[in-house]
Amino acid sequence: MNEATLTYYPSRDFKANARAALADSNLRASFRGAMDFLMGKRAAQFPDAHELAELRKLGEAIRQKSLAKLPELLEQLEAKLTENGVTVHWAETTEEANAIVHGLIAAKGGKLAVKGKSMVSEETELNHYLEARGMTAIESDMGEYIVQLAGEKPSHIIMPAIHKTRADIARLFSEHIPGTPYTEDVDALIQIGRQALRQMYVSADVGISGVNFAIAETGTLCLVENEGNGRMCTTVPDMHIAITGIEKVIEKLSDVVPLYSLLTRSATGQPVTTYFNMISGPRRPGEKDGPREVHLVLLDNGRSQAYSDEQLRKTLQCIRCGACMNHCPVYTRIGGHAYGTVYPGPIGEIISPHMLGLENTVDLPTASSLCGACGEVCPVKIPIPEMLMRLREESVRDPHEKVAHPLRGQGAGVDKEVKLAWRLWTGLYSKPGYYRLFGWAATRLRGLTPRHQLGWTQNHVPMKPAPKTLHELMRERRKETGR
Amino acid sequence: MSARENILTKLRAAPRSAPPAPDVAAYYAGTPKLTGLAALKHWAALMRAVRTEVLWVRESDWPRTLAEQVAARGIRTLLLAPSTAHGARAAAALAELAEPPLRLGFDQTIDGWKATLFNEVDAAFTRVRAGIALTGSLIAWPDEHEPRTMSLVPPIHFALFDTRTLYPDFFSAMSAENWAAGMPTNALLISGPSKTSDIQQTVAYGAHGPRELVVLAVLPDEIDLAELEADA
Repeated sequence: MNEATLTYYPSRDFKANARAALADSNLRASFRGAMDFLMGKRAAQFPDAHELAELRKLGEAIRQKSLAKLPELLEQLEAKLTENGVTVHWAETTEEANAIVHGLIAAKGGKLAVKGKSMVSEETELNHYLEARGMTAIESDMGEYIVQLAGEKPSHIIMPAIHKTRADIARLFSEHIPGTPYTEDVDALIQIGRQALRQMYVSADVGISGVNFAIAETGTLCLVENEGNGRMCTTVPDMHIAITGIEKVIEKLSDVVPLYSLLTRSATGQPVTTYFNMISGPRRPGEKDGPREVHLVLLDNGRSQAYSDEQLRKTLQCIRCGACMNHCPVYTRIGGHAYGTVYPGPIGEIISPHMLGLENTVDLPTASSLCGACGEVCPVKIPIPEMLMRLREESVRDPHEKVAHPLRGQGAGVDKEVKLAWRLWTGLYSKPGYYRLFGWAATRLRGLTPRHQLGWTQNHVPMKPAPKTLHELMRERRKETGR
Repeated sequence: MSARENILTKLRAAPRSAPPAPDVAAYYAGTPKLTGLAALKHWAALMRAVRTEVLWVRESDWPRTLAEQVAARGIRTLLLAPSTAHGARAAAALAELAEPPLRLGFDQTIDGWKATLFNEVDAAFTRVRAGIALTGSLIAWPDEHEPRTMSLVPPIHFALFDTRTLYPDFFSAMSAENWAAGMPTNALLISGPSKTSDIQQTVAYGAHGPRELVVLAVLPDEIDLAELEADA
């Protein structure tokens, strides 16, 4: 396997990362092309605006109902899965989740895990954790496999290698897969990946996957995919470990139908994916394949913080389609890595502060023009701009202010200079004498206005107060008209 | 307290109001339903759009079509379920070929022959449970006769599909068959051969699962083949 050090993109460096990404014309062309492609595909899947509106309303209602009953549904899911022979584990932190997975593999004396696509395992940095303990975790989704070979992280939640060109991938494969010639033919590259990974399924001790929907009614874990690697990971090795966030549970089996339709059409503009894999237990007596053991790890990692506030809870409605990032003018220009978080784009801006604390993500809620496209395309109607505004508010709230549901990192965005400016403004605007004096001085001394006014003058002419205040102008007008 | 208790305690402590209840059944009752020839045409068009080979066959002649397809592809090893009626008919038809392929059954658990299954089996033949017109899908419930990996590991998958079990949409299928009353260990929707667009959004088939999906779609006698393929 590739020994390269993983490249980290801490979200604290968002502004510097964004600047660097904006200067990279290849990256910008890649993302612009890919996002235009995905937006077009999605639009073609929803030709009937009325159907889309009704389906989104239904999707939102299903997710809101599931969240309203979340603790009860999690218990029901656990009971049903246990009855089906699946073992359920709970983890509050990423460290706990990783320790559970590691413990399960170690108990079997396993060394090799083959992984289907799982954003939650990216969240926990599971591969790193296992490798540090002498185990190997191979990503089997083609896009994830490519970024793993490159020692990078996914730049999009649905299309992880969207930032890579075929030439990049041709180079990677020829350098890292023994006996591989350089080719830029996509079919040939996919066949190279297929051959390299097929042997891994045969040898792997454990298969690890994510979960798209966990159905409480039947104790069923649903996986959505095109490649078949998810089916391989959950079918061929003797043990399957699924890892997911606590918010993924839905109540009824029938709830999955509209959500699945919204997911595939919003994410990649497909009417349906190649496979919809519904797993309701390990191999039963008489069956000849399928894992003998199935485990589900339910991870909190800050989700309960979002849950504790009814407004912010809407963040958890997300079904991870990625449509918000595909339509985001900021994401399209800077790509996924600049955010420095596992979940980039608008959904990342509203979920990451709960996972990492506002102190580590303070710039993310501001990485938006609030154009509203994300909220408009969200298949489950998460009011993302509203969430962004709320997080901006929380980031400048006095860290010592007592609130019902304090967020981790409350007040992390408080800037002493900005605070002082607002204090001055409050003083001036609350005392008429000072206010009049300020107005008079600002208009008469307008010639002293600086020519460079931070970001404003990058694209605009400098701002300058008018020669007279509005009050003065009104007074003059009254005099002239006699009214 | 355990992680479980901590998480559940935090969730229970949050304020909760009852949102409006979704009515999935009412939603689908109000959507237009494809039926008859239109349903079959739509199903086949969507399957073909993702490079599935759809072959219309009759109950009496599908084994011969299967044998022809197997011979045309030069398949040397084929996995099937001789213990089932359709598997036995397929095996008999294949045996009559001039160069019959090796016909393997899934006689033992996967553990004993994983490498052989991955490296030496060219194709598999299974029956699917039903189909979905709206999305161009097949429904499979693998079982002890036709395990999960048969439709996954071999590079070519031949699927026998009785078109009388074509449902208009996924919701109709799961409600008509009352899936909620008991799910199998694994249930699947299959909509084409394995594919990926992970390299510069270019579609490539045969990513991990079958490179080819060939559906032998069995038509009832009352359906006219020429009418079905008209304007298709």
